[in-house]
Amino acid sequence: MYKILKKQELVPNIHLVKFLAPAIAKKAQPGQFVIITVDEKGERIPLTIADWDKTEGSITVVFMEVGTTTQRFALLNTGDSIDSLVGPLGIPAHIEKVGTVVCVGGCYGIAAIMPIARAMKEAGNKVISIIEARSKYLLFWEDELKSVSDQLIVTTGDGSYAPQGWIPDQLTQIFEGEEKVDLIFAIGCTFMMKLASETSKPFDIKTIVHLNSIMVDGTGMCGCCRVLVGGETKFACVDGPEFDGHQVDWDVLLSRQSGYQDLEIQSLQNWESRNWRRTK
Amino acid sequence: MEQKAKKEKVPRQPMPEQEPKVRAKNFQEVPLGYPPDIAMREASRCLQCKNPTCRTGCPVEIDIPAFINRIKEGDFKGAIAKIKEKNALPAVCGRVCPQEVQCENNCILGKKGEPVAIGRLERFSADWERAQGEVSIPEKEAPTGKRIAVVGSGPSGLTVAGDLILKGHDVTIFEAFQIPGGVLVYGIPEFRLPKAIVAAEVEYMKKLGVKFQCDMVVGATVSIDELFEQGYDAVYIGVGAGLPAFMRIPGENLIGVYSANEYLTRSNLMKAYLFPKYDTPIIRGKNVVVFGAGNVAMDSARTALRLGAERVRIIYRRSREEMPARIEELHHAEQEGVELLLLAAPLNFIGDGDGRLKGVRCQRMELGEPDESGRRRPEPIKGSEFETECDTAVIAIGAGANPLLTKKTPDIQLNRRGYIIAEPETGKTTKKGVWAGGDIVTGQATVILAMGAGRMVANSIHNYLTLGW
Ligand SMILES: Cc1cc2nc3c(=O)[nH]c(=O)nc-3n(C[C@H](O)[C@H](O)[C@H](O)COP(=O)(O)OP(=O)(O)OC[C@H]3O[C@@H](n4cnc5c(N)ncnc54)[C@H](O)[C@@H]3O)c2cc1C
Ligand code: SF4
Repeated sequence: MYKILKKQELVPNIHLVKFLAPAIAKKAQPGQFVIITVDEKGERIPLTIADWDKTEGSITVVFMEVGTTTQRFALLNTGDSIDSLVGPLGIPAHIEKVGTVVCVGGCYGIAAIMPIARAMKEAGNKVISIIEARSKYLLFWEDELKSVSDQLIVTTGDGSYAPQGWIPDQLTQIFEGEEKVDLIFAIGCTFMMKLASETSKPFDIKTIVHLNSIMVDGTGMCGCCRVLVGGETKFACVDGPEFDGHQVDWDVLLSRQSGYQDLEIQSLQNWESRNWRRTK
Repeated sequence: MEQKAKKEKVPRQPMPEQEPKVRAKNFQEVPLGYPPDIAMREASRCLQCKNPTCRTGCPVEIDIPAFINRIKEGDFKGAIAKIKEKNALPAVCGRVCPQEVQCENNCILGKKGEPVAIGRLERFSADWERAQGEVSIPEKEAPTGKRIAVVGSGPSGLTVAGDLILKGHDVTIFEAFQIPGGVLVYGIPEFRLPKAIVAAEVEYMKKLGVKFQCDMVVGATVSIDELFEQGYDAVYIGVGAGLPAFMRIPGENLIGVYSANEYLTRSNLMKAYLFPKYDTPIIRGKNVVVFGAGNVAMDSARTALRLGAERVRIIYRRSREEMPARIEELHHAEQEGVELLLLAAPLNFIGDGDGRLKGVRCQRMELGEPDESGRRRPEPIKGSEFETECDTAVIAIGAGANPLLTKKTPDIQLNRRGYIIAEPETGKTTKKGVWAGGDIVTGQATVILAMGAGRMVANSIHNYLTLGW
């Protein structure tokens, strides 16, 4: 059992959970993930490690409520425990001084990009961070990201805060400006990462994306998370999760991610109907 | 009358089973086990050979005639004690050992008629003991103060742990998954090996004093060198094969194409067959094809049936004779309605334009000259390509060595195919204080061979801890 030290709903449907997990905290590096199982009936789901504290022996994840397992996870509170927590998994982000780095994050990725932005800054890079949300009320960790970036750009889809637009608009503006960008990191929903990669491609700026394909074991045992990169099949869990965004076959990834949509809806309906009955 | 009955030869006793039509729709165990009277009757068939050849067929050399004799006399407690002298997991082995090529293959009775049903009797003894609710705990030797880390909780890891704890060492098993048991829990389905049996074996280990640390991926959460830093005196690596083999043909990334590891892990470990009561989904294909012909392929095919498939076909590039599955599994699969499409191999998968699998293009094969494995090599027949529909495909053509741990431990030497090189007589690796055994050394083999390796290693580790490397 892994104890929840802190639980907080950051914005509607996006939650922060801090676990007591000293062994993982000791080893965690930027870009790595954990696999959690909420309870005996839960799915194994991968979550990027958003923060860790070696002294406290804790790790923090930020996740979005999408399916049954994440909904059940979101119902837990400080002091509760989950069944299983494994990590740190995946190859860590490659941190080195390259010059100017743009770190982009959307939805849960706003948190997931934090450790990378911080490490790149510490490595002596100039860090420009861009975060996006559909609307102002879905933004979080603005100050946190500001503290590890030389510049923070915030953009909202509905224009309720800062400029109206999405990450690609902001990227294009930067690329067309004075600044020479050496590297881009992108974490968030697949569609955003795809668009970010497509935007940077004509400018030939290396773009590292953080693939979030569906996983089961997360140690290369099942091959569920396979993705097509540069024409080769790779396992996101052990060959990644970082890949060159210009090489990723986004259609295959998006298609494989949709593989269980109908079943996920069925699962959610089943769970919700059973829970309503219980509360009544 | 009496006399006549005595002379009459007792035939090999069949084991009661669930009806094929019924069982193909549920996940309960297929063979129901011998009741005591039938077990005793079967035991009475044993000739009690002076020079029992069956014993040499068993990789752990169970004293087969002795335990069978005890069953014959109704001393079931004595029978299981005899088995346990050599085999710590009899309830498992009695169910999954390929007896037809091991103990039963060597039985004298088998030369003319049918061999004694050794596996079924072994299973009977273990089940009898479990049903009594009191599993005897053997005496442990005095604590040695030595600590052993066992990586992986499959049959080989469990054997190493079980042996060394009795010798007075302090043993901790590190397991990557949330539940211990290795392939016994994530691979082999409930209808063949009920998970309650594996859980009982794990409980027994805990009672002996073995500590389990689940959710520990050695090589990620902790390294082997760190285990030594933490004060472990010896490390055993029994991490299994654990790398799915794909066929590297076009269309393999379509939705509906599974590795057997994924398909079976979803269904067994994550209990997707109980979806939506359990959260993990699995595609319940109506028209399923399985590639391969070993136990893994049989398990996948029979799981597909139970998940509601109307048609399940096993596609294999060689012929029936070369199929490596246990005879019983093939037999059960066919009884349940699994079809065999032999001498055919896939060329590419076909999608529906929406990323989902809708068919597979195959090619007919014929058998040529024998290859390195001694089996006749399948060769494609020109112009024999054909297409067939399917909505789910499971690839069960074998496994490779998972590099996660070995990549992080460069001082352990590997062979060309990525398996760990271990001394055949001891299981020692090229790294001091580290042993390896089971599938990560041999490639995917059998439960009993993994256990045999575990036993050998346990002896070697014990020698090391008392005498040195
Ligand atoms: C579907 C299927 C059906 C089979 N049917 C039969 C049968 O009928 N009869 C038979 O005799 N054999 C059968 N086999 C083969 C048999 O199960 C294996 O040969 C045997 O389980 C190997 O045992 P092992 O201890 O080497 O490894 P495994 O059973 O593979 O166990 C290894 C364990 O190590 C864990 N692990 C892996 N990496 C790490 C790490 N880095 N850190 C910590 N833990 C780790 C894994 O999670 C796993 O639990 C079957 C195999 C499969 C897949
Ligand atoms: S362990 Fe396996 S090979 Fe040995 S006697 Fe039992 S069934 Fe036969």
